[in-house]
Amino acid sequence: MSTPIIELKSVGKSFRSADGSARSILENVDFTLNEGEIVALLGKSGSGKSTMLRIMAGLIAADSGQALYRGLPIYGPANGISMVFQSFALFPWLTVQKNVELGLEAKGLAPDERVQRAEAAIEMIGLSGFEGALPRELSGGMRQRVGIARALVMEPEILLMDEAFSALDVLTGERLREDILELWESGRIPTKAILVVSHNIEEAVMMADRVLVFASDPGRVRDELPVKLSRPREVESSEVRSLIDKVYGLMTAGAMRAGRSTDKGGKMGLGDRLPEVEISRMEGTLEILADEPFRGRADLPKLAEETELSDHELLDVASALTLLGFALLDQGDIILTPLGAQYAQAGNPERKMIFGRQLLENVPLVAYIRHGLAQDPSGDLHEDLFLRLLRFTLNEADTLSVLRVAIEWGRYGDLFEYNFNTGILNMPKDEETSAER
Amino acid sequence: MSEHKQFFPRQIVETGWNRWDWALLPMILAILVLLAYGGEQMVRPYQLGETLPLSLAPEYLPYYLLRTTLRMFIALGASIVFSCIFAVLATKYRAAEKILLPMLDILQSIPILGFLSITVTAFIALFPGSLLGVECAAIFAIFTSQAWNMAFSAYQGFRSVPAELKEAASVFKLSAWQRFWRLELPFATPGLLWNMMMSMSGGWFFVVASEAISVSNQSIKLPGIGSYIALAIEQRNLHAIGWAICAMLIGVILYDQLFFRPLLAWADKFRFEESGGETAQNSWLLNWLRNTERTQEIALAAGRLLERSFLLFRLNFDGTSIRAQPRTSSATPARVWDAVVAAVVFYALWVLVHFIHSEVGLSEVVRVFVLGFYTMTRVIVLIFLAALIWIPVGVWLGMNPRLAGRAQAVIQFLAAFPANLTFPVAVFLLVRFSLNPDIWLSPLMILGTQWYILFNVIAGASTIPTELHYAAQNFGLRGRLKWRRYLLPAIFPSFVTGAITASGGSWNASIVAEYVTWGNTTLKAHGIGSYIAEMTAAGDFPRIALGIGVMCVFVMGFNHFVWRRLYRLTENRLHF
Repeated sequence: MSTPIIELKSVGKSFRSADGSARSILENVDFTLNEGEIVALLGKSGSGKSTMLRIMAGLIAADSGQALYRGLPIYGPANGISMVFQSFALFPWLTVQKNVELGLEAKGLAPDERVQRAEAAIEMIGLSGFEGALPRELSGGMRQRVGIARALVMEPEILLMDEAFSALDVLTGERLREDILELWESGRIPTKAILVVSHNIEEAVMMADRVLVFASDPGRVRDELPVKLSRPREVESSEVRSLIDKVYGLMTAGAMRAGRSTDKGGKMGLGDRLPEVEISRMEGTLEILADEPFRGRADLPKLAEETELSDHELLDVASALTLLGFALLDQGDIILTPLGAQYAQAGNPERKMIFGRQLLENVPLVAYIRHGLAQDPSGDLHEDLFLRLLRFTLNEADTLSVLRVAIEWGRYGDLFEYNFNTGILNMPKDEETSAER
Repeated sequence: MSEHKQFFPRQIVETGWNRWDWALLPMILAILVLLAYGGEQMVRPYQLGETLPLSLAPEYLPYYLLRTTLRMFIALGASIVFSCIFAVLATKYRAAEKILLPMLDILQSIPILGFLSITVTAFIALFPGSLLGVECAAIFAIFTSQAWNMAFSAYQGFRSVPAELKEAASVFKLSAWQRFWRLELPFATPGLLWNMMMSMSGGWFFVVASEAISVSNQSIKLPGIGSYIALAIEQRNLHAIGWAICAMLIGVILYDQLFFRPLLAWADKFRFEESGGETAQNSWLLNWLRNTERTQEIALAAGRLLERSFLLFRLNFDGTSIRAQPRTSSATPARVWDAVVAAVVFYALWVLVHFIHSEVGLSEVVRVFVLGFYTMTRVIVLIFLAALIWIPVGVWLGMNPRLAGRAQAVIQFLAAFPANLTFPVAVFLLVRFSLNPDIWLSPLMILGTQWYILFNVIAGASTIPTELHYAAQNFGLRGRLKWRRYLLPAIFPSFVTGAITASGGSWNASIVAEYVTWGNTTLKAHGIGSYIAEMTAAGDFPRIALGIGVMCVFVMGFNHFVWRRLYRLTENRLHF
């Protein structure tokens, strides 16, 4: 049958957080990439899928377990593996031609052969005529074409694509995706396997032979879904639609709590990640959900279309709504709760009241901040206290973003105020005076 | 490809000399001859005590300008090499970074002129019987005025290479050598160039001071603009000073047109922001060179040479090879290293205490600190005054886009012009009107460095978003409120950037500005600058060292407690 090219055997990776304790990113990941297949990795940001890709690329070393390429351990970037980057990672001072030649030059190929092969790759990806252009003269889609040509010119056995289309607009991304699939199907490239990391469900279903869904904190493969449809696939076909539905279901499976507790169920913890969602986006989604044609229950892919949000944006909104008790998730559908319906109808003051109440009940961090402020005689506390607390469980970037979300939500729910310049959190002014009276 | 073309006679006609080539040939030949001549003069035999011929006749000035320029370029080349080596070491090795960075921070705050008196003896001993020793000392002084901030910017550039580009370089298996030329150096180039220009201005300032060296009670005057001025000051020759100013003006213009403009225009391709952005620099010389096939061939040959070196220094194994296996790192070497560093620091501390105790005495140290406070007060007051004058001017210029571009070119030029050329005029006036040198010498400190404030304020004001401008107009902001709520916060970050440069330059300039001579007249203001200058004139090494050390402490403290905090504040809060 199919021969494995890359094997990951119970691979684990952790990073040191600020206080020196190890935070696990990947745990016990087993994975095999076989000849002749395209595999897509789906998961929320921070679920470790990019880390896994980088372990295979030889950019990061695994802490435990083994990463093998054709049976050999991967210590660094291997010859048969090429990569396409999310932000293209072109060298802005090199022309298209020189960018494509980069890997060949590093390898020490003779100039003539280098030029010839680069020209062939540029031609193949549809960029002929642009050899002399600098990347800054090109549009996003064309830049990514250069990125792909640069990877393909190495004639890689494995092509790794790290969210390669997410920096492009939808149409450009689709065109590029189709072009790659065409190359793959036609056999014009020697590539034997492609691994795609994505957070776009449709993209994954359209491209892959297998879709792997990642769970986060720590990252691991939670579900695997084979896609047994022949290419080219039709987005509107019922098979594809039902597969997309199914993946939505998988991704929202379990108690759809935000952050780490995804499949542990139960209450959220103090130091858990909060979905980074703007309040106006939450409210807008609620209103659309309450309105025609959904009337309280919507298929997630349809809702994504209606709200014009991308998959991962909508998933974040959905997890925030479930967290606050405004909605429930069921098999890839989102259902408005009575409270959510009330909220959608309510005017501004009532909304703020409900929002604040739900925060205190469901978001331990906000409740903790509020509790601390109420207890403190001066009624104000410095944000550093809470940052320090969060650093125990989160890395620096997450720490900052979680507190920012908590502060934004808490401010909206009239639970506390915050001064950006001093970093001080305090009780709302009117409540303070009324308490004194 | 299309090989038959080679037999087509027109090919020969076309690939021959184009019209640019004809003009370029004599120019290149002339430059080569001049360089050879200047270089030959630098290594001629010389015995200590011999006086070098020096004339105040204006017709010698071009030659002196050549010699000075040669020194500047050699120093610049050394600075570039130093910066690259520094940046590579500091970014690649954690242990090196731990020492190199603080060292650079200290070196940066050491007054440049201090180096000269200490190093010249060593350099003369290095090249006995040749002028090269003295030349080297002068070049070294210029080098110290340029290298530190360039090294710092190169380090910053190397460190801030975006993660994805680094990953791309790894995935495509670039070796360290290839990575340096293809990724790190190009990325650091714009910053490095900008700092090079800044350094150059500093260099002109100090070239004047570094060519006339006094060592073991002998004054050596190397042929050059600086010595010419020194001689003119000794002989109280105002005409000669005027000629020198003219020569310097021409020199700065030539530098700008023949060197920096083309370089900036060329380096435009290294800008990282991939979308348009500010208007590109333009240079007639670069256009010319680009249109000239001969120079293009030279450039291509250089490129090929680089590529050949890539072939030599490449990775010939991949990530599955046993050679790529990471070495198990242990903490012991790092600890040993830390211990060694600590031991050296303690030893240095002990030497220092011993030195103060035996050589200069504690009371002298206290006195020098008091002098340092005088100079610090001057720097603060001057920066404040400069801000008062130049912020309104800068805002006005910056808000007029038509004026801004032209003004910036002029100011860049003014900043490059060595202000110490005008010092004799100041002495003349001070003596004439018998003014108090403690007050009236001070403005000289900021004469050359104030332009950085103006320059940056203009840059800041011209980047204020137009919409903000309209909003301010729409809400009828006027008078004080307009300044407090709108204009001042908008330009504050750029003001801080400018003021940091200006204040650093002023500390340095205090050595020249607090102690000014004109023939036999010497004017002196109380301050640490004049202390160092005086001790240098007297050749009192322990006290020179003390003065330099204390000034260094002041500058570092100032940077650390004032500027860095302000800078961080602006970074967090005041940007668009």
